[in-house]
Amino acid sequence: MNRIIRKRVLGPAVKLIEVESPLIAKKVQPGQFVMLRVHEKGERIPMTISDYDRQKGTVTIIFQEVGKTTMLLGRLEEGDSILDLVGPLGKPTDLQGLERVVAIAGGLGVALVFSQIKELHRRNSKVDCIIGARNKDLVLLEEEIEPFCTNLYIVTDDGSRGERGFVTDVLKRLLDEGRRYDRAIAVGPLNMMKVVSDLTRQYGLPTVVSMNPIMVDGTGMCGCCRLTVGGQIKFACVDGPEFDGHLVDFDEVIKRTAMYWEEEKIAVELLQQRL
Amino acid sequence: MAESKRKPNLMKTKVPMPVQDPDVRIKNFDEVALGYTPEQAVEEARRCLRCKDSPCIKGCPVNVEIPRFIELIEERKFHEAYLKILETNNLPAICGRVCPQESQCERYCLRGEKGEPVAIGRLERFAADYVATHGELGYEAPDMAAPKGRVAVVGSGPAGLTCAADLAKMGYRVTIFEAFHTPGGVLVYGIPEFRLPKRVVQREIENLKKLGVEIQTNMVIGKILSVDELLDGGYDAVFIGAGAGLPQFLRIPGENLNGVFSANEFLTRINLMRAYRFPEYDTPVKVGRRVAVIGGGNVAMDAARCALRLGAEKVYVVYRRSEKEMPARLEEIQHAKEEGVEFRLLTNPVRIIGDDDGWVKALECVAMELGEPDASGRRRPVVKPGSEHCLEVETVIVAIGTTPNPLITEATPGLELTPFGGIMVDGATGRTSRPGIFAGGDIVTGAATVILAMGAGKRAAKAIDEYIVAKK
Repeated sequence: MNRIIRKRVLGPAVKLIEVESPLIAKKVQPGQFVMLRVHEKGERIPMTISDYDRQKGTVTIIFQEVGKTTMLLGRLEEGDSILDLVGPLGKPTDLQGLERVVAIAGGLGVALVFSQIKELHRRNSKVDCIIGARNKDLVLLEEEIEPFCTNLYIVTDDGSRGERGFVTDVLKRLLDEGRRYDRAIAVGPLNMMKVVSDLTRQYGLPTVVSMNPIMVDGTGMCGCCRLTVGGQIKFACVDGPEFDGHLVDFDEVIKRTAMYWEEEKIAVELLQQRL
Repeated sequence: MAESKRKPNLMKTKVPMPVQDPDVRIKNFDEVALGYTPEQAVEEARRCLRCKDSPCIKGCPVNVEIPRFIELIEERKFHEAYLKILETNNLPAICGRVCPQESQCERYCLRGEKGEPVAIGRLERFAADYVATHGELGYEAPDMAAPKGRVAVVGSGPAGLTCAADLAKMGYRVTIFEAFHTPGGVLVYGIPEFRLPKRVVQREIENLKKLGVEIQTNMVIGKILSVDELLDGGYDAVFIGAGAGLPQFLRIPGENLNGVFSANEFLTRINLMRAYRFPEYDTPVKVGRRVAVIGGGNVAMDAARCALRLGAEKVYVVYRRSEKEMPARLEEIQHAKEEGVEFRLLTNPVRIIGDDDGWVKALECVAMELGEPDASGRRRPVVKPGSEHCLEVETVIVAIGTTPNPLITEATPGLELTPFGGIMVDGATGRTSRPGIFAGGDIVTGAATVILAMGAGKRAAKAIDEYIVAKK
């Protein structure tokens, strides 16, 4: 169970794994996530499902090695199994009735928005996609995503690939040129989703963002992933992970995400000493 | 032993339970109450008067034959005493530790009228622990060659474990689906090691497996499979014992500050994920120098005592009524006091104050007075004017209760719910509004006790048997 049948290195510390999990693969919808644990003393972390193959019975996860758990996950090879895999969790993305969508993906966000873009394409929606990254090495899945996009824009901080600048530069230009969309989907670092939401608010463009806060159980039991949306407490794991970007209190989410930085650093340092 | 020759032990107080010294135990997570020795158990058993009408039995939600098992202990037939309890209670080692005996069996004990009641809970625990360390347990794998039917049990807490065990003993093939990676439900994620060691829960789960019950972990029913899919997939009936997993918050300003936890999160990190052994275990937990726990139930006591053990110098329990109204077990309140937890009674939090980086620095409270009794029969607390004051704390743990988790009910069409989101059932059978679906435990009642959930699991098992027999 939960055997890794394919592994690819996509970029520096960015890996893709395709995992056998027929029951999850049968049920998953774009936008949903899994909780996983890699060893007996391990923590539970959420991971968005990037892609799935119902016939093969597999789900694909793309992740960046940033903490101990993702580093250990990255060391698993084809044939190895993930100890615990729970899902599909969270509410699926509502993609109904969307004719034109702009997807804005920052960094690893491409991996997270991939299944949605694929599904939109299947439903004959037109998708403009803006991929932003720090540099050319961090532009992920460009070839994979291209066939599903009407237009694909690449932008990097240093100009080493595509335009030089930030995703909002391209988005603002498109909107100023008069492009009209039914919805913006923004997935990536919290700061990016915040500035995208601030921009689209000015244009009255409905915007959905995907939250990836700290979670423990992933089923609504602990409330660790809570955030304020339109003045109400929401749990990202059961009410989300997607929310109206114009209503999310990003500053609060950003502070909450920093809660265990100290401990994360300790765990990584101890792991590096051991390896 | 001839009744006429028997001289009961007339000591007014219970034989004291050996416990870890408070100064020692607040530095570890080992069990606080150490259990009776055989001699102590026999001495305590001799306090039973063997009343003709056994009022204690009526106080027990699963009607354990209390005087009979106590008599067996007195006769040093410990194994037989255990089997006697097991006839009606599948989890004696657990109930002996966590049941609120003072409001159940022991409340009706005649000895309680002039002194302390017989220590029924301690004796129950003794019998179970004795057998676990000295002999064979009472479970025998039933013949599964021709099972009477297949039943799916959702959730492996006290309700699910009891329902599964009873059904297995009747000859059903039972599969338990558990959402977490470890079975046990609230017994594992909620109740701390120092009150209910996880090896005790593990032992009961192993016993269940010996009965032929299959346990599938990491299965969130309502997500990976629906209840309807279970019914369509060959299960004759489904029992939902998914618990009341949804934490309630106070809805006061500052509740999303860093350092504010639901008790569920705090305890899950510690008990299930073993954050008290970070970094050996990967899951961390943050505990400040000063901690305020809001609430007056067992969960609040558990959270407060965990915080002490994680190094907090000052732990407050903030409760808006007086000690008399506290729903926690007497023993837990006593243990918390011995360990140095400070009770701020008739105190209600109104606001959590944070620093510039979004971390808790104080809890603003008001003092309360008790007014007229409310719907629960407890006197309603009202705010004392001008009583605002602050407790300087870095951590706030909200332990004001949980409600049923909607995850499974939302995914099960046609299931009638209570106004609180619990599943509506017939109390005597656990039948829901849908044929073949039964429910019990906290998902029906809202957060309650282990033993009440077990009672519901038992009644449902009986009703499920009747339902399947009638259907086939």
